[in-house]
Amino acid sequence: MAVASKAPRRSGEDDLQWTALLLRVRDHQDREAFARLFRHFAPRVKAFLMKSGASPSLAEDCAQDVMATVWQKAHLFDPGRASVATWVFTIARNRRIDLLRKDRRAEPEDLPWGPEPEPDQAEVMELAQDTERLRVALQQLPEKQRLLVERAYFGDLSHSEIATETGLPLGTIKSRIRLALERLRHEMK
Amino acid sequence: MHTIAHHLTDPILTAYAAGTLPEAFNLVVATHLSLCDECRSQLAAHEAVGGAVLEDAGEAVMSEDALDACFARIASSPDAPIRVGHNHHAKRKGGLFPEPLRDYVGGDLDAVNWRPAGLGVRQAILSTSKNASVRLLYIPAGAEVPDHGHNGTEMTLVLKGAFRDEFARFGAGDIEICDPNVEHTPVAEPGEDCICLAATDAPLKFSGLLPKIAQPFLRI
Repeated sequence: MAVASKAPRRSGEDDLQWTALLLRVRDHQDREAFARLFRHFAPRVKAFLMKSGASPSLAEDCAQDVMATVWQKAHLFDPGRASVATWVFTIARNRRIDLLRKDRRAEPEDLPWGPEPEPDQAEVMELAQDTERLRVALQQLPEKQRLLVERAYFGDLSHSEIATETGLPLGTIKSRIRLALERLRHEMK
Repeated sequence: MHTIAHHLTDPILTAYAAGTLPEAFNLVVATHLSLCDECRSQLAAHEAVGGAVLEDAGEAVMSEDALDACFARIASSPDAPIRVGHNHHAKRKGGLFPEPLRDYVGGDLDAVNWRPAGLGVRQAILSTSKNASVRLLYIPAGAEVPDHGHNGTEMTLVLKGAFRDEFARFGAGDIEICDPNVEHTPVAEPGEDCICLAATDAPLKFSGLLPKIAQPFLRI
């Protein structure tokens, strides 16, 4: 099955919209909000898994599984830490590891994140803008380099191959790094 | 804990975020991340790249009944919506080992099954998939780990004490990442025994004759 070509570029506002929908799932088990998330992310997760080497039927099955996990683990979603796309990516990645490699994956210790249950609205905003800058920067990488980054995340490059420079534009998400660090330090006090 | 001076590199964080590190390296990275705020926040950035790649991965058409099938899965799943507050995270339980390492060892330091590895050094190999190996090393204060180079990548995380080699000093929480063809001689600092978690994706090669003979037996 062919994978449709790239979707048109979206604005940071879409990220905020996905975040709002996932919070409705998290706080109210809102099925309509989930349906909208499903229609957007399930086909992307399926395409992602196919590019990682899964057959279309396996990718379909896993994409459903990943989306079911989105519902079930919605209580773990923290909009101050990650965009919905990033969060879904980590779930899909873990599913892929279970599936294709059968390895165990050690996760860092789950440190507590701040006494305040909800992040500042400004933080969520900043994160969405960061996310958008990052996407634009990735799309503007020279073709060869962009393909290298994609292959790395599709699981197509070994760590020693990645070591030969993928040149990630991480400078575009400095505020994300800073915010994450501030929240962690705050917590360690 | 002292300030961590030696951190994970971008390529390693990318591989960890992408989920492509061998299990043995994965454990060392997860253990370092449990100790290091800076690398954790860097990881968030590398995972964000994954989010952007997912957004732009294209779309593969889902079957028509996919959404209903997904709701059915949710309904039939044994752990359907668990309502937990946001501050559900468990506090660190004390002890030397961060949680990911404790999971592999089956406990803290006192649960480690040490074996002699020659020259006063002790080791405990942890069980992972075979493409790379990971072990705990116990290096008595002042002792050295025999001069060695490697065929692959080697990652060494200090959990207690400190060691020095030709390049720098590594204290608790620090991680040293050595490429193939680096030769170094880590020596534990005097005064305190040093405990490290070390992973490699190739058997270490020792340059001395005796360790070379002993190597197949000791699995160093």
